[in-house]
Parts: sequence; structure tokens; C-alpha cells
Amino acid sequence: MLAALSAALVGLAIVLSFWVAPEDADQGISQKIFYFHVPIALTAYACFGWGAWKALRLLWKGGDGYDLESYVAIHQGTIFGALTLATGSIWAKASWGHWWVWDSNQLVLFLVLFLFYSAYFMLRFSIEEGPRRANVSAVYALFGVALIPVSFFAIRLAEDFIHPTTFTRDGPQMTGTMFLAFCVSWLAITLLAYTLYRVELLGKRLDGNLRELREALS
Amino acid sequence: MRYFGDVAALARKDLRLELRARDTLPAMLLFVLSTLVVFHFALPTGADEVAAQGLLWVALVFTALLGLARAWAPEREGGALEGLVLAPSDRSAIWLGKSAAVFVFLGLIELVALPAFALFFSPLQAEGIAGALLANVGICAVGTLLAAMAAASRTRELILPLLFLPLAIPLVVGGVGASVSTEPGRYLVFLGLYDAVFAILCWASFEYVVSE
Repeated sequence: MLAALSAALVGLAIVLSFWVAPEDADQGISQKIFYFHVPIALTAYACFGWGAWKALRLLWKGGDGYDLESYVAIHQGTIFGALTLATGSIWAKASWGHWWVWDSNQLVLFLVLFLFYSAYFMLRFSIEEGPRRANVSAVYALFGVALIPVSFFAIRLAEDFIHPTTFTRDGPQMTGTMFLAFCVSWLAITLLAYTLYRVELLGKRLDGNLRELREALS
Repeated sequence: MRYFGDVAALARKDLRLELRARDTLPAMLLFVLSTLVVFHFALPTGADEVAAQGLLWVALVFTALLGLARAWAPEREGGALEGLVLAPSDRSAIWLGKSAAVFVFLGLIELVALPAFALFFSPLQAEGIAGALLANVGICAVGTLLAAMAAASRTRELILPLLFLPLAIPLVVGGVGASVSTEPGRYLVFLGLYDAVFAILCWASFEYVVSE
């Protein structure tokens, strides 16, 4: 049911973005990617935040469910982070002719975060399953959310000596219809992420139960 | 204050071990000097001295990584970490003592590396040196905790650079900015902020990294 709703909303978002919302005066059709790029980025942040919240609950209260929930949230966040980089790269190619530009602070931040959270998986799967792995993963997830604002300021500060910022792209100036399309898209992507989160969580829980049953029977 | 007595005892232990074994410090020293020589060949003639300032930070970060990889080796090899964790003292003292020792090691290395850099490339300003000191605090605080995480994993030394480098990026920005920018104060404040945020985070969370 949730999946059907997400699919419907994503479909609506696509229709609104491409057919209903007017074209941007400066950028033309390549601006349309913002309707997906920015919601995907915001959803990635939300997933990382959610994963860190679950990690904090794990360290604070203990209990079985939180480790898996934190892991799945960060997994979703990393996927959406990779999508942010991909859509951002497409936008950079369309706007400036290069597949990667260091000018966009948001893209650079996502690159750093993507590296950080990729290391999360390497760390997690090099430790034996158990409370130690859960604790270490949780601490690392908390470091991640602390890194987000610190990295953001670092990248802003680095502008001074890396190269002068010649392009500023804070976000499109949106008219009414554009804003509506943006909001629908944002809601759609968030719902999609939540659906994927629930599906993956259910799948992993079933996996765990099945494994326990097998061990109990053998 | 028993807490700081514990921290001092642990730091002293590490310093004494290194003084007797003398394996990590000479290696870090030779590594940083060799890296600086490599940088001379890596910088084409057109590159200005500002580029060299940036490369100094690369050298410092990777030398620190070299030292951090061995930071928990005595505890791991002797099985001493379990003993320390079971001891009736705050576990964050283990982290603080180890960080302090790593800070001293890194400081000693920089005492040689920074003059060597001034000799090979260009002299450093006072702000650059202050930036190096502030960044040291961050490197030691975060690096010690991440090295403990890496010690818990199967892949150990392999995974430490992967964990450390994304977190080291703000430190490099702060350090290079303090050296080359016209307004170094901002970067020094930023480094202080980084140190405060991550030192508190490490202090609070170390217990969970080493215990079940």
C-alpha cells in the first residue's frame, strides 16, 4: 500500500516537473533536474540523521532493534547520496560542460559524506556480528552527523584559497507552479525513501529470523 | 583528581614504551622527510610556494596516519586493552591518555618536519605553526578513537586511512587556510571549533568503542 502510494507520488512529481512547471529562463530544460536533485539530497541528509538518531538510542538504551534500523537508514542514505552525486554530475555537465566541478559546495559536501559513509560499510562488515559491531557502528554514525555541519563550514572556508567562486547556484528562484512541483517532488522522494527503508528493514528482519530458526533446528 | 592521575599514568606509560622500543618515532621522522623530498619532485617549476604549503599538510596527515596505525599496538599485542577496560576508572581516560601520548609524538615529529619544510621550500608564518598545533589536537583526538575502532576490526591497518581521511579534510582546510590566507584568524577559530566538537564526541563515545 505504501509502495503504491510512493509510486503514484513519484509519477505525479515527474508529470508536474516536466509538463506543468514552466521552463527556467536562464538554464532551460536542464534546470528541471533540480526537482529531483535537491529532494534526493535532502532525503539523504534525513536518512543520515535518522540513522544517527537510532544509533544514539542504541547507545543510550540498548535493545535489539536499533542497530538494524540505524544500519538500514544509513544504507538508504548512502544510496540517495550516490544518486545526489549522479544527478549533480549530470546537472554540472548540462550547465558547465564538465562532469565534475568543485564549485558546487553541496556536491563537494556530498562527496566527502559519501566517502565517510562508504567507510561505514567497510568498518561494519570487518567486525564480527555482535554487540561490539553494533556499538562501533553507532559511534561512527554519530560522527557522521557531526561531520555534516563541520564539513559544510570547511568547504565554505576553503573557497577562499581553492579558487574564486565564479558560479553561484544557491537554488532556483521559483514561481508558484515551480514551487508546487518542487514540494510534490520532495514529498514523493521522501516517501520513496521511507518505503525502501521499511522494505529493506522487513527483509533483513526476516533474514535474521530465518537464520535463527535454521540454527535452532540444526 | 584521580581521573587526571589515570590519564597522566597512561600517557607516561606510552611515552616510556616508545622511549625504550624506539620503533614508531624514527619511522615517522624518516617518512615525513622522505615525503617532503618527494614533494620537491612532485611540484613542477611553475608551481608557486603556496602549493608547497598545501602539500605540507598532506605530509603531516599521512605521517600521523603512520603513527596512529601503531598507536594501539602495545595494548593489542599484550592483550592489555581488556585489562584497561576492566580497571575501575573512567574508560574515557584510556582515550585521553593515548591521545596525549600521540600528541607528544606528533609534536616531536613536527619539531623536525616544520624546520625541514622551511629549509626545503619556504618559511612558515606564526599562524601556520599555530594552525599546525590546533590541527594536531584534532588529529590525535579523532585518530586515536578511530584507531581503536580499526583495532576491533579484522582489517586493522587497512581500514584506518579510510576512516580517518574524510574526517581529516576539515583539518587540512583549516591548516592550509591558516598558512596561506590573508585572514588566518577565521581558520584558527574553525580549527578550535573542530577540536572542541570532536574531542567532546570522542571523550563521550570512547567507552562504547572498547566495550561490549
